Amino acid sequence: MTAILTTRPAVSVAGLRKSFGTKVVLDGIDLTVTEGTVFALLGPNGAGKTTMVRILATLLAADGGSIHVAGHDLTREPDAVRAAIGLTGQFAAVDRLLTVRENLRLMADLNRLGRAEGRSRVDGLIERFDLGESAGKPVSVLSGGQQRRVDLAMTLVGDPRLIFLDEPTTGLDPRSRHEMWRIVRELVAEGVTVFLTTQYLDEADELADRIAVLDQGRIVAEGTPDELKRRIPGGHLLLRFADPATLRTAAAVLDTAQRDDAALTLQVPSDGGVASLRAVLAALDAVHVQPEHLAVHTPDLDDVFFAFTGAPATASDIASEEIR
Amino acid sequence: MTTLAHTLTDSRTMFHRQLLHLKRYPSLTGMLIGLPVIFLLLFVYVFGGTLGAGLGGGRQEYVNYLTPGILLFTVAGAVAGTAISVAMDMTEGIVDRFRSMDIARAALLTGHVLGSLVQIFLALGVVLGIALLIGFRPNATPLEWLAVIGVLAATAFALTWLAVALGMAADSVETASNTPMFLSLLPFLGSGFVPTESMPSGLRAFADYQPFTPVIETLRGLLLGTGIGNSAVIALVWCVGISLLSYVWAKRKYNQRASR
Repeated sequence: MTAILTTRPAVSVAGLRKSFGTKVVLDGIDLTVTEGTVFALLGPNGAGKTTMVRILATLLAADGGSIHVAGHDLTREPDAVRAAIGLTGQFAAVDRLLTVRENLRLMADLNRLGRAEGRSRVDGLIERFDLGESAGKPVSVLSGGQQRRVDLAMTLVGDPRLIFLDEPTTGLDPRSRHEMWRIVRELVAEGVTVFLTTQYLDEADELADRIAVLDQGRIVAEGTPDELKRRIPGGHLLLRFADPATLRTAAAVLDTAQRDDAALTLQVPSDGGVASLRAVLAALDAVHVQPEHLAVHTPDLDDVFFAFTGAPATASDIASEEIR
Repeated sequence: MTTLAHTLTDSRTMFHRQLLHLKRYPSLTGMLIGLPVIFLLLFVYVFGGTLGAGLGGGRQEYVNYLTPGILLFTVAGAVAGTAISVAMDMTEGIVDRFRSMDIARAALLTGHVLGSLVQIFLALGVVLGIALLIGFRPNATPLEWLAVIGVLAATAFALTWLAVALGMAADSVETASNTPMFLSLLPFLGSGFVPTESMPSGLRAFADYQPFTPVIETLRGLLLGTGIGNSAVIALVWCVGISLLSYVWAKRKYNQRASR
């Protein structure tokens, strides 16, 4: 991820609390988002992700804690915060009766851009988001993916330096999802800070510089995707052999392996790197044994997620990459 | 730019948005015009002969008596459209976008009110035109016509703000389309369709003191030269009071409301 790292935080939160009635939704959140980076708040449904975004975007008041967004105190200068941020929520925040161009022009007017500047900004966004063909159509007739693009384009009219994306790809098909990811990467390349929430682990892994795992109102883990993965054991090579005889020969040279006679497999602890793979294959070559099948399992964010949120793990081969 | 300049700019932008809505969704305006026209025709041609006789004349008498009431009925019905469009905004994601932007807080609501006033005056124009076609014969001077427009504008302004607040307070579009319905009943429970003297005493007391009656009496006086008395002052006080309370209510709801 190409990002210009500066020391000024785009978001800094300390001791944030929020309850709805007796239900505690956010229970003492501390986090810092560095300018120009992508920060992903990862968590299951109901973890408090949307509440968090709504508070940071000035839509909801916190019960306690100190919050600075884009260098401004959230409670004292909400308008200064609003002027610096953009929000694309979970539900397309578009005017369905207006056309794509009218929606964007509405944003240009509300950002009080001059006529000429507003027009050139709108034209630029229509081109950039590939909305040329649908510019004159009412948003209501567009597909979900297109509406989400219009939504994000509307957010960008004001040229915000910090963007909140609340579950930006929920409900999108794979193509629209990848399109959304591409746009997020472009924004970050331009120096925009992105604060996104997601329940998709691959999305956080794909986009984020830092990830915080939110569960039941608390941050249960935080770090870069690699740091989080390193904290989770479970990486291994899985070798399957043609018959019990070769399995025995192989097991004799790979003494750290776990042997499964029924499945004819050996499970060798490994970090999934090329060096360890090469070492295992060299050891097998030395005794003239070739596995019938080989799979590399690296711990992924699913493992991280389940490990930290205490949910039951699914089948261990959930994201194995197969090598033939 | 000052705060006032921002408020004006943003309100104009939101007003423009509402005008686009009127253009995109003409069937709503059509519906808001259709109902009072049907009532006008129904009351003049079906009930008008008998009701006119009760006033000591005939159908012609009754068209004159009825039209000011129908004009107010038009306004009362049209603000249901305002409540619906406010509730539509509030239940969609767009309001979160507006609230998370640095725009004047009252602008969205002001845009709705101004857009509705345009819609209401369109409806009033059509209804008045048809009333004139079927025999309404006002004797107002140009100055009195101006006053008529002023009274209608003040009433429409007050009821539109009330509808904005109702739309804001409603938890769904369906609720928002139902709650303003009591406003359409008020011209009936006042001097809109028959003189209040003909009603039983309890109902008559209500009819005499509810806000629509002084408005109707003022319109009737201006258009047809009947006595106005203190109706105009009472009507004005009602309009100012309803406008102020509704404005405060609506703005509070807008600021505190967390949609979804």
